[in-house]
Amino acid sequence: MSAPSYAARTPSQIRWEARLWVAQRLSAMVLALCVLAHLATIILAVRGGLSAAEILGRTRGNAAWLSFYALFVAAVAVHAPIGLRSIFAEWLGWRGRSLDLAAALFAAFLLAAGLRTVLGLYA
Amino acid sequence: MTAFAASALKRRSHPAYVAFVVHRLSGLLLALFLPMHFWALGQAIEGEARLESFLRWTDNPLTKFAEFGLVVLLAAHLGGGLRLLSIEFLGWRDWQSRLIAFGFALGLAAGLFFLLNLGA
Amino acid sequence: MPASSAEKESATFAVRVWRGAQEGRFERYAVPAAPSQTVLDLVTYIQRVLDPTLSYRFACRVGMCGSCAMTVNGRPRWTCRTHVSKVAAEGEIVIEPLRNMPVVKDLAVDMRAFFDKWARARGAFVPSADAAADFAVVPPATPARQEADAAIECIGCGVCYSACDVVAWNPEYLGPAALNRAWTLVNDVRDEGQGERLLAVAGDAGCHACHSHESCRTYCPKSLNPTASIAGLKRAVTRAVLRGEL
Repeated sequence: MSAPSYAARTPSQIRWEARLWVAQRLSAMVLALCVLAHLATIILAVRGGLSAAEILGRTRGNAAWLSFYALFVAAVAVHAPIGLRSIFAEWLGWRGRSLDLAAALFAAFLLAAGLRTVLGLYA
Repeated sequence: MTAFAASALKRRSHPAYVAFVVHRLSGLLLALFLPMHFWALGQAIEGEARLESFLRWTDNPLTKFAEFGLVVLLAAHLGGGLRLLSIEFLGWRDWQSRLIAFGFALGLAAGLFFLLNLGA
Repeated sequence: MPASSAEKESATFAVRVWRGAQEGRFERYAVPAAPSQTVLDLVTYIQRVLDPTLSYRFACRVGMCGSCAMTVNGRPRWTCRTHVSKVAAEGEIVIEPLRNMPVVKDLAVDMRAFFDKWARARGAFVPSADAAADFAVVPPATPARQEADAAIECIGCGVCYSACDVVAWNPEYLGPAALNRAWTLVNDVRDEGQGERLLAVAGDAGCHACHSHESCRTYCPKSLNPTASIAGLKRAVTRAVLRGEL
């Protein structure tokens, strides 16, 4: 039986992983507040049914709403791809640069699609 | 035959592991739902009428049930996340074991409030 | 089993034991019940009386050496301190080797990777260069010393490593025991290897891989909490990252 081999991480890989972890936790702290507000909004908004007029009445030209949801989208665009990256690595064995690239693309997509939607509801 | 075939479930049958499974699966499903969510609300870009017609399409029991599920997932992911953040950033406290139940309760409570208000 | 002594003597346990290496099969043995019997006693009886070809590992028999851990009815346990009465309630007794380590033969596993990871996590004390200095005074009541004390009693049995799913999913993960050891040294004010240690325990092979399943805490026979130790490492690394020191 041969001694177990080990693919040592380089310091730059370790720093990258540590930074991703910190980014995911910091975004989680932001999201904790955003999700609380979002859940409260959902639960109150569905009273008497949803209507486009009601939703847009809340969002159109509302700068506070815009900045809150822009922050929400930015935080989720950081948080979700890092989480998916862990799932792919651990459950599907997909690791390395191709996975990082896919996660970065998903982050960019979430940011763009999310901001487009938020601006669409604001303007 | 390989060892451990039958023991996986037994070994994992403890609260924190269940909390992990809920957290991971809710996170996965929420991440997959997000693009759809953005697309759906993006209907507003085409005008109020377009958004209104989409919202009327969602007025069916199946969609409402899916929305209920998403609310539960989001609240449960929030509850589980608060537990993880507290363990990782506050250090270990005995009350943190109770956060597992708190996370599940938060998920169910949010779901129930959603259903109650849906009928209101 | 509170029964008459005649019944006690005739009672036997049906024990299924893993035989082979990574590939193998279960073999059935009937082992007579005895008072205060441990799972290690069952294995020892099988090896001495029923089948001398059975391989397993043990040394102290009193929960100090960390040699005799096995998987008992699906859960990793120190067999010398696990009473049969505790596991027999589940009916059959199934004894397997520890998980997440290559099986050498029967119940003996290759623990090299497990212990190599202690070294990779910088689990060795780094003394100060100043050998002439006086003894360091470390007051037991200081927070850092209390953190170290809470994690110091590890016997290196491999139960946590075997219980951990992250080890199974990511074989390079250093695992709960090595990271718990590193945490005791992070809290050792005399140690001078802190910068290198933080780098060694960070990243996806280190503390950041941990998802707080708490399987290590659940199964640690010494009731240690490696999940909490790993969370401590996460905090230490986060501080270093935010200060630009890592």
